[in-house]
Amino acid sequence: MRTQLRPALVSLVALTLITGLLYPLVVTGIAQVLFPRQANGSLILINGQPVGSSLIGQPFDAPKYFWGRPSATSPFPYNAAASSGSNLGPTNDALIKAVQARIDALKTADPDNPLPLPVDLVTASGSGLDPHISPASAAYQVRRVARARGMEEAAVRQLVSQHTEGRQLGILGEPRVNVLALNLALDTLK
Amino acid sequence: MTINGLVQIGLYFVVLLALVKPLGWYMARVYEGQPCGLDRVVGPLERLIYRLCGVRQTDEMNWKTYAVAMLLFNGAGLFALYALQRWQGFFPLNPQGFGAVAPDLAFNTAASFVTNTNWQAYGGETTLSYLTQMLGLNVQNFVSAATGMAILVALIRGLARRSAATIGNFWTDLVRSTLYILLPLALLLSLLLVSQGVVQTFASYQTATLLQPASYAKPVMDANGQPVLDEQGQPKTEPATAVEQVLAVGPAASQIAIKQLGTNGGGFFNVNSAHPFENPTPWSNFLQVLAILLVPAALCYTLGMMVGDTRQGWALLAAMTILLLCFIPLGLWAEQSGNPAFTALGIDQASSAGQSGGNMEGKETRFGIANSVLWSAATTAASNGSVNSMHDSCTPLGGLVPLFLMQFGEVVFGGVGSGLYGMIVFAIIAVFVAGLMVGRTPEYLGKKIEPYEMKMASLLILIMPIVVLGFTAVASVTGVGTSSIFNPGSHGFSEMLYAYSSMGNNNGSAFGGLSVNTPFYNLTGGIAMLISRFWWAIPTLALAGALARKKLVPAGPGTLPTYTPLFIVLLIGVVVLVGALTFVPALALGPIIEHILMVSR
Repeated sequence: MRTQLRPALVSLVALTLITGLLYPLVVTGIAQVLFPRQANGSLILINGQPVGSSLIGQPFDAPKYFWGRPSATSPFPYNAAASSGSNLGPTNDALIKAVQARIDALKTADPDNPLPLPVDLVTASGSGLDPHISPASAAYQVRRVARARGMEEAAVRQLVSQHTEGRQLGILGEPRVNVLALNLALDTLK
Repeated sequence: MTINGLVQIGLYFVVLLALVKPLGWYMARVYEGQPCGLDRVVGPLERLIYRLCGVRQTDEMNWKTYAVAMLLFNGAGLFALYALQRWQGFFPLNPQGFGAVAPDLAFNTAASFVTNTNWQAYGGETTLSYLTQMLGLNVQNFVSAATGMAILVALIRGLARRSAATIGNFWTDLVRSTLYILLPLALLLSLLLVSQGVVQTFASYQTATLLQPASYAKPVMDANGQPVLDEQGQPKTEPATAVEQVLAVGPAASQIAIKQLGTNGGGFFNVNSAHPFENPTPWSNFLQVLAILLVPAALCYTLGMMVGDTRQGWALLAAMTILLLCFIPLGLWAEQSGNPAFTALGIDQASSAGQSGGNMEGKETRFGIANSVLWSAATTAASNGSVNSMHDSCTPLGGLVPLFLMQFGEVVFGGVGSGLYGMIVFAIIAVFVAGLMVGRTPEYLGKKIEPYEMKMASLLILIMPIVVLGFTAVASVTGVGTSSIFNPGSHGFSEMLYAYSSMGNNNGSAFGGLSVNTPFYNLTGGIAMLISRFWWAIPTLALAGALARKKLVPAGPGTLPTYTPLFIVLLIGVVVLVGALTFVPALALGPIIEHILMVSR
């Protein structure tokens, strides 16, 4: 047993230095050279100031903006320093109540919307930071946003389709709309 | 089940199985000490480590020495990781200024990472410094995986050698697994992930101005940082407005790459691979879910090569793949059908061109149903435990899939190394069952299976259910156990069953609603993880030693060939039977009853 003690300690130190220090430093070095934007959080800069990340959603509840997925982070939605899902189970009454409240908020903002309500617009995302909504959820909100901004629905719809990403390589993932990018584009129109 | 969903899953399995042979071949060469292409780069470093350790590459160990070396190395790792968390406040690379981790949480986390479980009672971005993540968690991500691979290779040598007293050298197996296999793969994967947007930086958290300031109810804190309660005992709040968003970043990509390749699963961020900085695109998702099963699948081919009959490896891989493929459709159907309570509220859950539909609570839009279900099955089939959706919010049967896959003992792919050595134990039991039926002494790969081997195999399959069901039972009847429950009713029982199934099988995923950062869960869970890992490892090495000593029995007309479809069916039957007999009663109390309640509401 004594003879195995030295290799146990020495190999732990050696492998710690290699996998714990050298490896992340090498990856960081290469990443910062090859992919500096992605490695630092894909920040969106306006006049040099960060206004968000193209990968992280932001909270919206004004009628003139598209709303993102409901977020379960605390103490405020889309808190990107403490990601969290709701963890509410499918038969939990608290889930049903929360969903009902979201439906009410959407109906209050746009009372006689005839479109079916897409499920991703009223359910909390896994991370609480989901930057995307489904194209159906964007379509549901076009009328409200157009009215609040005094724009043609067709113009808003066109902007939505410009910001709709398809499946990667035509196969992977789901079609989606980046909410922050879309709202920033709306603001620059005016 | 949408057409595109099936295409995505089909593509996944095609790519995975196509990579089995090249990677498996490469790993066999690494373990047999043959030239493998990286010798010139890695060789000098490898030899330097041996010299510092004072070991010779050619030194062979018997199983007891091998086990002692393995235990000493893991014991030292456990102690180092515990100490690092307790003293992280004194060390550099702590830009957020996090203090010492509480003792019970530090023990749980140390046990969790040393045992390749990566159960997360902590929140990454709110508890641990960059240094702890790198020198602690990241290191164990590599070496706990390499430990599993070393034990597997020792068992394979036991099967392959005849009349031998030794089963290899732990230090060589450990170092070669890390330097020749895990490190190059992780380097490649982490750079691919960064290209998709996974963060990799040592800068402190970024701050961005919100486009629309958000008003919210802010909990009122007293001077000690504890929430102030009002007359009804509810936390008091005051209106507040958030104008900025703090973006947690860090050296994530390097850790995420190895968390997937080493079937570790511990996330850099709290929500693991659901976090857009940890898994930003469908392509990064594909790479990560591929990495989860890659090494466990390829090791089957390595086994075949090292025992000189690749059909044996393919047969075990076929059994694993078929078992996994049986469960994915159930998950897809359950999650795509959605929640009946949502339909009652007039919500559209149907899949269409505009949305994936289904039960989207706890899921990310970019992944939709198909990728979330594929991941939940793959991560629990392997003992990975990373998540890209919140399993606690799955429909009852959608949550049953990952739960049941863990309860098979993590042998359907399983952990790197540990999954396959578990499956070999099941194969030994399968030949024993077959031997009983025809009244012959069973053989596996030319080795007679005798009482000693069967005792070790029985010991192995008995310990896991005792740990899982025992601790679940204790938690169910004690206040310290039930007070952590988040969701009411049978779902609350599922949360506890899931927690101990996960820790007792070294998986690491969770029904995240359960508040597990309590002394009770931290201590019982830490013990469960240590028992499951090392109680499996030691009898497996004993088995390796016993098998190595045996002579090779030439295959006769009465020998059951262990590469035929018949044997694959028999093996699947044994795995399912043992799992089902042990866990169906508990599952009936959790997800099954919840499903019946949900559809009958």
